Amino acid sequence: MILVFMEVRDGEIKKSSLEALSEASRKAQVLHTKATAVLAGHNLESLIDKVFPYGASKAYLLENTLLSHYSPSAVAQALSLLIHEVKPEIVFFSATSMGKDLAPRLAAKLGVSLVSDCTRIEIKYGKLEVTRPIYAGKAFLALRLKSSPQIVSLRPNVFPLLEPSEDKGEVVRKDVLIPEDQVKAQVKELVKEAGAELDVTEADIVISGGRGMKGPENFDLLRDLIPFLPHSTIGASRSAVDSGWIDHQHQVGQTGKTVSPTLYMAFGISGAIQHLAGMSSSKYIVAVNKDPDAPIFKVANFGVVGDLFEVIPYLKEELKKAQ
Amino acid sequence: MNIYVFVKRVPDTESKIRINHETNSIVEEGLNFVLNPYDEYAVEEALRLREAKGGKVTVLSVGKEEGLVILKKCLAMGADEAVLVKDEMPETYDGLRTAKIIAQALKKKFSDFDLLLFGKQAVGVDNAQVPSMVAEFLNLPQVNVVTKLEIEDNQGVAQREIEGALEKVSFSLPAVISAQKGLNEPRYETLKGIMMAKRKEIPVLTLQELDFSQEDLALQIEIARMESPPQRATGKVIEEEPAEAAKKLVEFLHQEAKII
Repeated sequence: MILVFMEVRDGEIKKSSLEALSEASRKAQVLHTKATAVLAGHNLESLIDKVFPYGASKAYLLENTLLSHYSPSAVAQALSLLIHEVKPEIVFFSATSMGKDLAPRLAAKLGVSLVSDCTRIEIKYGKLEVTRPIYAGKAFLALRLKSSPQIVSLRPNVFPLLEPSEDKGEVVRKDVLIPEDQVKAQVKELVKEAGAELDVTEADIVISGGRGMKGPENFDLLRDLIPFLPHSTIGASRSAVDSGWIDHQHQVGQTGKTVSPTLYMAFGISGAIQHLAGMSSSKYIVAVNKDPDAPIFKVANFGVVGDLFEVIPYLKEELKKAQ
Repeated sequence: MNIYVFVKRVPDTESKIRINHETNSIVEEGLNFVLNPYDEYAVEEALRLREAKGGKVTVLSVGKEEGLVILKKCLAMGADEAVLVKDEMPETYDGLRTAKIIAQALKKKFSDFDLLLFGKQAVGVDNAQVPSMVAEFLNLPQVNVVTKLEIEDNQGVAQREIEGALEKVSFSLPAVISAQKGLNEPRYETLKGIMMAKRKEIPVLTLQELDFSQEDLALQIEIARMESPPQRATGKVIEEEPAEAAKKLVEFLHQEAKII
């Protein structure tokens, strides 16, 4: 069995969890086993049917009122109970904020190692061979896990979703026993800024600005492009963040986030090695920069040598026309 | 408050990474090693908490003797004590092993802690595993990727960064916290600090002293290969009037990338 943890945010199963489930379903076929989904929380009944179109043959619903607010130790406790009972060979997480918080806690509880944030999974001799970026993508490491279960977290936005099927599966509801002292750190409040932008790790298109943006106010030029580019958000280079022009949540690169969107648009970003590491796995890269020798042009599929302040207004017009 | 901060020596982020394919490891010659950037935020936060509430800050690193350099830096920033747990093992990429060593060191030698601070991940290995694993081994609360930390008596509230939002997390001490950029602005070492750090003795613990047997630390991860990233094909670069350039860029997005 490949057990896949389904993350719920804002009353929905996250797309990245469905990506992990899709990959589990593909690998389960090779291994002649089944992909199984697990949801842990409270009042998740309405979501359980959403997993079957993406390849789950069975779904576990772990219920406990103590799980209504996320607590990594409590969820790890619930998952470990299920794992001890059903003994999956493989466990998948999506390497989201929650996945990165939860998977290592569970792995330590089970006394096994974990491969984090992988971007490719192959089957070799009936076991997983998992590839993950290191040094934010400056190198790649292929690893095998000798432990059981093999626990892996999958980078969001990398593994394709299955074409949803009409399939149905079995739902197994379990009331899990969680001692109250296992609810340690617990989320009390979710703070969302009004008009908060999509996270750079989750967007299909990242519109990024660097030192060439010259000031915080000019990031509005990039924000103005968002309506014309589906599922897009704003990114930034380290120098833009360190200059205080934009919050570090937007930073792409080695001390920021590593992204793999369909399209990465670099405006006024020269392409320092730590930045390139964080975005070189994007499917398409376009760049606008004054300096024809900027390293960003070495990784760009399409580059424009020019002044971004002159190009962007025309770009907006052209994008508008293309609607 | 008795605070421990866990730090790692890593290649700086401007490093070009070369691979030794025979040993499946990175070539260390010519690299500039530094204190892991995220650990700097952890050290700074520990110093600020000590300044506000009193107590002691101890920094601990697991690894080769070269790690003494970053421990000296932490002392120069203002940490009270530093400890190296000497481990000659080359990089294993296995967070579980490091977490076992740290948890054991705490249990055996430093069980008087109130707060354990980490960087959210070590740049390079990028695992983001060790803080949560140590928390589990010691049965402690954990809050990762923290950009704001408030502690009053034995209770804490941490602000944790998630996708497009922040979570406010409450916990009691002792606890594990991992630092994200934005938590604070790390200070520079002072000249006085550097002089004091030079004179300060750093005790070195061995794995034997922590009563580890070989199998306790047996690796569960096997490195199959280390590879360079795939080279990106060279693209097209144009230099034209802004209006024309914008038009061609949108054509590219439409016809080749098929985004719009």
